[in-house]
Amino acid sequence: MINNLQLPPWALWAMVLALIVFIAMVVISVRRNHGIKRSLFASPYILWMFIFTLLPCVLIAYYAFTDVNGHFTLDNFSSFWDSNYIMRENLRSVAGDEMAATVARGSVNVDTLVYSLWMALLCTVVSLILGYPAALFMADRKMKLGPTLVVLFIIPMWMNFLLRTIAWMSLLEDNGLINAFLERIGVGKVQLMYNQQAVLLGMVYNFLPFMVFPIYTSLSKMDPKLAEAAQDLGCNDMLTLLKVTMPLSLPGVISGITMVFMPSVTTFFIPRVLGGGNTRMFGDLIESTFKTAGNWNLGSALSLIMMVLILISLSILRKADPNGEGGGIV
Amino acid sequence: MKRVFKRIYLALILIFLYVPILVLIVQSFNAGKSRAKWEGFSFHWYQELVSNASIMNALWVTVSVAIIATIVATILGTLAAIGIYSMKKRPQAVMMTITNLPNTMPDIVTGVSLMLLYIFAKVERGYFTMVLAHITFDVPYVVLSVLPKLKQMNTHIYEAALDLGATPAYALTHVIIPECKQGIVTGALLAFTLSLDDFTISYFTTSPLVQNLSTLIYSATKLGISPVYYALSSLMFVVLLVLLLIVNHRTGDNKG
Repeated sequence: MINNLQLPPWALWAMVLALIVFIAMVVISVRRNHGIKRSLFASPYILWMFIFTLLPCVLIAYYAFTDVNGHFTLDNFSSFWDSNYIMRENLRSVAGDEMAATVARGSVNVDTLVYSLWMALLCTVVSLILGYPAALFMADRKMKLGPTLVVLFIIPMWMNFLLRTIAWMSLLEDNGLINAFLERIGVGKVQLMYNQQAVLLGMVYNFLPFMVFPIYTSLSKMDPKLAEAAQDLGCNDMLTLLKVTMPLSLPGVISGITMVFMPSVTTFFIPRVLGGGNTRMFGDLIESTFKTAGNWNLGSALSLIMMVLILISLSILRKADPNGEGGGIV
Repeated sequence: MKRVFKRIYLALILIFLYVPILVLIVQSFNAGKSRAKWEGFSFHWYQELVSNASIMNALWVTVSVAIIATIVATILGTLAAIGIYSMKKRPQAVMMTITNLPNTMPDIVTGVSLMLLYIFAKVERGYFTMVLAHITFDVPYVVLSVLPKLKQMNTHIYEAALDLGATPAYALTHVIIPECKQGIVTGALLAFTLSLDDFTISYFTTSPLVQNLSTLIYSATKLGISPVYYALSSLMFVVLLVLLLIVNHRTGDNKG
């Protein structure tokens, strides 16, 4: 099996050295003008992407379909569907089928995935509802606020995202500022942290700018004459918004949805800090499978499932925006 | 009336974005350790910050990794963009798919897959593996910022340079690269900020012995976070803000 290949530790160094030599060769031959083809400039990049992007993806698939000894197996996927699968199979080999039948299906992994998708969907919807008007007002040409506001939206993202999330902790916790305020006005303490709403708040807070930027970009690219024409032809403001502006900003909306949905499904720091272990999400599960349980095979299977799900949802979204004109970050 | 409503709405969103940051900055000057009670103004946490060896070490790791990764990624990515630009249609499409692949992969999958690569290659994780990982997630962003500038470029300029006697190498360094300079700078800045702020990928590609700020903060949250970290983030925030103002001011001067 591949495991027996035993790449020595200097293999990676050798690859990097080869890369450096390659770059040097390209540079020298360009300098001496030996007429090197310019498309060859991409070859160090191709090599790099092969080693550090494609090969790792292949490795995830490899570990997902093998057991600890490197033999082909589908057990990891069975364990995803039924977290008691391994336990039951062990019991079967020791105590027979009857005993094995007493172990019920464990749905932890599937439930976590469904819960993560639900939370990510909620986060995306809330971000869209909050972010679309913001982008719309930013793009308002009469107010001329756009460029300044873009900067104001970017600045908070410079503060380390872990610390930004922790800052919410000091606002929400039992002895935090909001509770101190509530006590002073006589409402009394309210449990604000360690629940679903706190996690959702943290997610929306962190990902909202990723919704606003692409929508703002596609709105500000829009020809203002189109909206004016709609109004000349008798549309009121609301109708212009619904029939002209919104459809034209669709590429930005789709790009925003992808940029919010993807990190929301996979985040593991936010649920851990603000959810305090009460709400487990899929990224959380992958992390602990790798780091705490040290089960790379199951962890790889979970990652593979997540990747496939994301690729499917991306291709569905792409269909809605066939030209791929989504704005992206400004 | 409508305009007032729009302004109020935008102000509320901005307040939502800035309140936690302001809270952090205020608390970094709080003499006590409590997060809810104000116990007087002091620079206590800033003094503690400077004398905290593990934070200073992590700061050094973060900044040096970001600088190395940005330099390598910018060179690699600019060369790649020029290469991809000169390719025929088919290979170009393949290259664009590969370039977009890391964007569609969640951070955690990138981190985990690189961790598996290092385990597979029997390379001990640490500083070096973290640099490699950062270069890997930075490069596509450089390619994607330089490529549009190349496409906007007038191809006749390059041909004109050759007609006027420039060698292809001279034309490359004196015509093509200056033409896409803006894209290169944007790509490098993007790479630097991404690298500075990364947590997930660093977390999977380093060992507990080599920590950058994000992974250090992560391990600190398990024990209860000290206001020293508030001081640190306020300081970094202000430094970045001042840098931005300087850059803005200088580009403004050049234009005027």
